[in-house]
Amino acid sequence: MRPALAVTGFLLKRLLFAAGTLLAVSLAVFAATEILPGDVAGAVLGQSATPEALAALRASMHLDLPASVRYLHWLGGMVTGDVGHSLVNNRPVSELIGSRLPNSLLLAGAATAFCVPIGLLLGICSAMRPTSVFDRVTSVATLSIVAVPEFFIGTLAVLVFAVNLRWFPALTLSPRIDSVEGFFRSMTLPVLSLSGIIIAQIMRMTRAALLDVLRRPYVEMARLKGVVGARLVLFYALPNALGPIANALALSLSHLLGGAIIIETIFNFPGLAKLLVDAVSTRDMPLVQACTMLFCLAYLILGTLADIAGMLANPRLRAS
Amino acid sequence: MSSTVEREPAHVVIKRPRRMPIPLLGWVGIVVVAFWLIMAVFGPMLTPHPAGEVIDPDGFGPMVPGMWLGSDVLGRDVLSRIMAGAQTTVGPAIAATLLAVFIGGTLALAAAAVGGWIDTALSRTMDAVISVPSLLFGLVAVAALGVSVPVLICTAGVIYVPGAFRIWRSLAVNVNAMDYVSVARERGEGMPYIMRREILPNLLGPVLADCGLRFVFAVLLLSSLSFLGLGIQPPDADWGSMVRENLPGLIYGAPAAIFPAAALATLTIGVNLLVDNLPGRER
Repeated sequence: MRPALAVTGFLLKRLLFAAGTLLAVSLAVFAATEILPGDVAGAVLGQSATPEALAALRASMHLDLPASVRYLHWLGGMVTGDVGHSLVNNRPVSELIGSRLPNSLLLAGAATAFCVPIGLLLGICSAMRPTSVFDRVTSVATLSIVAVPEFFIGTLAVLVFAVNLRWFPALTLSPRIDSVEGFFRSMTLPVLSLSGIIIAQIMRMTRAALLDVLRRPYVEMARLKGVVGARLVLFYALPNALGPIANALALSLSHLLGGAIIIETIFNFPGLAKLLVDAVSTRDMPLVQACTMLFCLAYLILGTLADIAGMLANPRLRAS
Repeated sequence: MSSTVEREPAHVVIKRPRRMPIPLLGWVGIVVVAFWLIMAVFGPMLTPHPAGEVIDPDGFGPMVPGMWLGSDVLGRDVLSRIMAGAQTTVGPAIAATLLAVFIGGTLALAAAAVGGWIDTALSRTMDAVISVPSLLFGLVAVAALGVSVPVLICTAGVIYVPGAFRIWRSLAVNVNAMDYVSVARERGEGMPYIMRREILPNLLGPVLADCGLRFVFAVLLLSSLSFLGLGIQPPDADWGSMVRENLPGLIYGAPAAIFPAAALATLTIGVNLLVDNLPGRER
């Protein structure tokens, strides 16, 4: 098969797998949240509802239809953006999500812009001199950061920077983007706390990818010819490690999702993850469903990008 | 006895020296993990004050003798609550780990030993389950089933089945290709026998290390859920929920939220150190 065709084939296969997974996830989410919790109409109207009112509400919510029909109806709503009304305050779910999504994207974007350069730089530096003091210190530090819970880093950051040093507010009730100073004041702590684990992941994976390339025979050859130090790593090894590094970046960024759930709770940040956690505690199922699907979609996109980047950067995979 | 001796060579894939020195960091890990395990068993009996008793009417009290780590939001002794909370933190996580490793390991051995479409179907299913972020999975499960300790254990167990499955399967496939497994097959041994007696004993080393890491994941997941208020419910408290209830005190500089989080950190780092420095583990 010609390489171009093989690439298209691979992309199609990967996208199909992602779509299939998303469909399976949607089925699982629907099954878990629609079928298990019992009667939604009863939950909405409360215990004093008359049977007639219950029946009427069930009919208007299509609860009298079989589950398979309701699933297709629900899936259609997900695709077209009509994702129902919140059970708690009766506002359209799309409106609730729409008001939170920009904040979450801002947080994720700021964290990405902060983490990627630092993580890459640290990873490349420690791969240049493995077993050096710098490498050992960063290894232990990143291992510890990955091992401890996210809320430990978050609460420690609040105690040090918000309470003791009083540099930043401890809560982010509304992220401010009207001024540069307001942006930094409201976003620094959440971004910092979210960044720890992501920087650590990027650094470790970049280091591993580079070291793997540095062990190859052609690098040994270059070394024997007298290429050493930064030149060897940057111009000989790095180009061949770009695929695995891009893969690692996408995988590390998927930690943003889980991290955001914790960090948005610590800082009371008005984002999507906080919306999801609140929806779970009030058992507001339409909201839980929509938020979960959005998170899974983002996670799948990152995972697929990681695979595609890894594949495109490897000529041998590309050709096979 | 003689039959054990005859079978012995089949159970040893690579001969390792009997004793390998454990590095210092490994000992640190062992001590820390052993400490918290003892706490998980005896902690509730050893507390200086009853975990639920209000001893400081003001709350968020300072660190003084007799109340070494200060008091929490309701004026309870933080040290006592951390000691008692070891059980609610470690217990469910161990149960979830065992569940995940049991289900994942059994399925993986079956997939490796049977092969064919069963292997493909199981592997694909696991790939799909693993493509959901674990905390998100936990949130949906709690939304659907409500919060209770059995639900939490089963949820965390199911979440970490695919990870255990992948490791076990990749190891088991290698062992499955060994001559002695083929011999057992030719001998006409049944599938359960091959899984249990031929493949399983040769996986134990690496699989134990994997158990440790899966335990860390389970601890982090369960305490994260507790931190969100969707895990262990009052009056029981694990370390995650203790961080949550003491979070407001942070603004007044009360460290009551930091100590349980730090306890969690020592436990997870301790297990990591232990696993990384297990004797005979490739580094």
